[in-house]
Amino acid sequence: MLNRKIAPAQHPIQDISLVEPEEIVFENGLRVFVFRAEGQELLKAEFIFQNLFSEPENPLLHTCLSHMIKEGTSNRTSAQIADEIDFYGAYLMPEYSFDQTSLTLYTLNKHVYAVLPIVQDIFCNATFPEAELATYIRNNKQTLQISLQKNDYVARRLFYNYLFGATRYGVTPTEEAYESINRTDLIALYGKQIHPGNCTLILSGNVTPDVLGAMQAHFGSPWKESVDTVAPTAPTFPAFVPSTIVEERPGSLQSAVRLGMPSVNRTHPDFPALQFVNTLFGGYFGSRLMRNVREDKGFTYSIGSALASLKYTGFFTIASEVGVDVTQATLQEIEKEFAQLSASTPSAEEVKLVANYMLGSTLGSLESIFSHADKFKAVYFYGMSLDYYRQYSEIIRTMTPEKAQEIAREYFDYGRLLKVIVGSIQ
Amino acid sequence: MIEFQRFTLDNGLRVLVHEDHNTAMACVNILYDVGARDESPDKTGFAHLFEHLMFGGSVNVPNYDAPLQEVGGENNAFTSNDITNYYITLPSANLETAFWLESDRMLGLAFSEQSLDVQRSVVSEEFKQRYLNQPYGDVWLRLRPLAYKVHPYRWATIGKELKHIEEATMTDVRAFFDKYYIPNNAILVVAGDVQSEEVKRLANKWFGDIPARNKTVRDIPQEPKQTEARREEVHADVPVDSIYIAFHGPDRLSPDYAAMDLMSDILSRGNSSRLYRALVKDQPLFSEVNAYVTGSIDSNLFVVEGKPLSHVPMQQAEELLWNQLNLLKQQPVKSFELEKVKNKIESTMVFAELSILDKAMNLAFYEVLGDARLYNDEVNKYLAVTGEDIQRLANDIFVSGNSSTLVYYAKENKHVE
Repeated sequence: MLNRKIAPAQHPIQDISLVEPEEIVFENGLRVFVFRAEGQELLKAEFIFQNLFSEPENPLLHTCLSHMIKEGTSNRTSAQIADEIDFYGAYLMPEYSFDQTSLTLYTLNKHVYAVLPIVQDIFCNATFPEAELATYIRNNKQTLQISLQKNDYVARRLFYNYLFGATRYGVTPTEEAYESINRTDLIALYGKQIHPGNCTLILSGNVTPDVLGAMQAHFGSPWKESVDTVAPTAPTFPAFVPSTIVEERPGSLQSAVRLGMPSVNRTHPDFPALQFVNTLFGGYFGSRLMRNVREDKGFTYSIGSALASLKYTGFFTIASEVGVDVTQATLQEIEKEFAQLSASTPSAEEVKLVANYMLGSTLGSLESIFSHADKFKAVYFYGMSLDYYRQYSEIIRTMTPEKAQEIAREYFDYGRLLKVIVGSIQ
Repeated sequence: MIEFQRFTLDNGLRVLVHEDHNTAMACVNILYDVGARDESPDKTGFAHLFEHLMFGGSVNVPNYDAPLQEVGGENNAFTSNDITNYYITLPSANLETAFWLESDRMLGLAFSEQSLDVQRSVVSEEFKQRYLNQPYGDVWLRLRPLAYKVHPYRWATIGKELKHIEEATMTDVRAFFDKYYIPNNAILVVAGDVQSEEVKRLANKWFGDIPARNKTVRDIPQEPKQTEARREEVHADVPVDSIYIAFHGPDRLSPDYAAMDLMSDILSRGNSSRLYRALVKDQPLFSEVNAYVTGSIDSNLFVVEGKPLSHVPMQQAEELLWNQLNLLKQQPVKSFELEKVKNKIESTMVFAELSILDKAMNLAFYEVLGDARLYNDEVNKYLAVTGEDIQRLANDIFVSGNSSTLVYYAKENKHVE
């Protein structure tokens, strides 16, 4: 007779084993990392450029660059580029993050020779047509108007502004800023940033020798290195002083709550342990914040915390949307959880559960060759190697209640947080 | 192409297994053949609320989440108008834990009053967060009852109104469980780093003794053919005007479904699509525009929506959208354009096979449609669509009497920043 009260035996969770890429440098200085997997006839080519800023830092120009780069070349109109990419069932996705701008091509192997010339054309001959820029600005202004009616968007914006000031991490879009974007600045940034010496190409999927040959033929010598290259500069952040910002929005049913503070980034030896405490505190469905604020009190649909790593800093953040009548009560519960985290060591069971959850989650994050490339990317730009993941696993596996409390006491303090509330505190 | 094995337990539970040893993980997906369309009109939102209660502990396992997290697993679920789908991913070494947890909550729930109380609040907050406290958040609360007058698709999965969720009782919960959460109304898919024989053994061990119960024969009133244009206009606290035109279209199993789906791709998939080119890029008329099919099992909605720029009056915006639909009625789609959207379908299908969870969900969904093998034949259905099919369908669907139009007008002098 089956005893359903007893859980099946648990088995240890294996470590991940990561694919080391093959590194190639093309004749023009382009650094290429190749992650090979046979099987599916798929390719992903990710061209990643380091963001280069001048004073005053204006990340909006970089976002605009990443979208506008595929809006026309001296050989192809925006419409032709879109037509050709779509015809071959490919995807060309611009992405902007705080530290990098990338353009990623996804394609079936059989169409790679047809789509590479388009990407080459974009990197060598983009023209940023005035009419396309006007469309970009117009539509983004309208999207911004809509976003500004969302409490969580407004809270996030105030959070970044306050935390990082007038830097690449702190500046958020305004209608005026969109209007001041011009073609001259864009072309200048394109010249400064989009060249082989500032690019890393991560190539993953079914990278056959033929495919690699085609990549070299398109992105090797034909793609000329820029004459005057610029070195990256580090931003200067305002000194952080904890504060509370309340923006009353009449008629809100819910308040957006966002708390946080600057923190260390991935290069700091404490980072994995900090991720552990973050997970326990608010980083997964079974976290203390979720169990208390959602599953016990029913104040919210979701609450979570996260630790973000940026090139020049990091930050810790908690976010939720809660009924206006329980906004104050939610803040009190969060404060209690912070106090509890420092005051007592977590149980050995909780520590083991969180560790296993994190190890399982890491194992599950490796799904295809593309995820091996992602893991590499997450460390490479910090000047770190895949060894990071061995250290990470080791730290998570050997985590103790005492160590967790020590980290909590050092890094988790309600009194040191920026608190942004958009909606209403009754 | 997803290869799989399929067997049925004596209690009627259908089990599908897909082996993929490129991963160290396993996925256990269980689909219950019940959705918001099975609710009664005075208790809407219940299938979804019930999904939340499935995490409130079961008859032998007081806590569902913790034992799973302890073995490195994660889980989630979603409810649609048609189905309720639960999924777990975990290291394959711990596969049996998923069987233990899933089988126990199929056997019986804890039916805790505390859990019901809390989840009523959680779902109410979800209702506010997603549908009420967002600009245009209530689109589907308005568009569904405009387009459907009889079929239960006339309400959204979250429910018609907060009150229905707040009034849900434990009696309702028990009745719903007894009626729908039975092995002969479920499909279990196990995918990833697993062995078929082992899955068979575990399925029998954990699910085999759960008794079958009477399966309710679904008797959903089908939507009669719409014959008059419908319209709703709202003056709302939104920053920008917005328009949504919904047309009734064929059901999911209709031979015309693929053609309808490709038609929406021609209109709005990718930067080369017709609506985007004509109305956003070539001329500055809209800031965004979109067309899509709801993907329902019963009769679908084909939705065309857009936000005109401030200098474009709503009447003109509406005409501009109709002009694009009329083009599809008047001229057959050129072969280049048709080949383009077919190529996109082909590559999307290949990318969808990278994830064991996506594969498991697809198998379960096609099995509930009638046969998981349909999934592997899907791409051929799309490839077989002709320009004439699309033109014929456009003429069937894009007629005024088949349309429901919802318009949001932004309130003037409302520019708070």
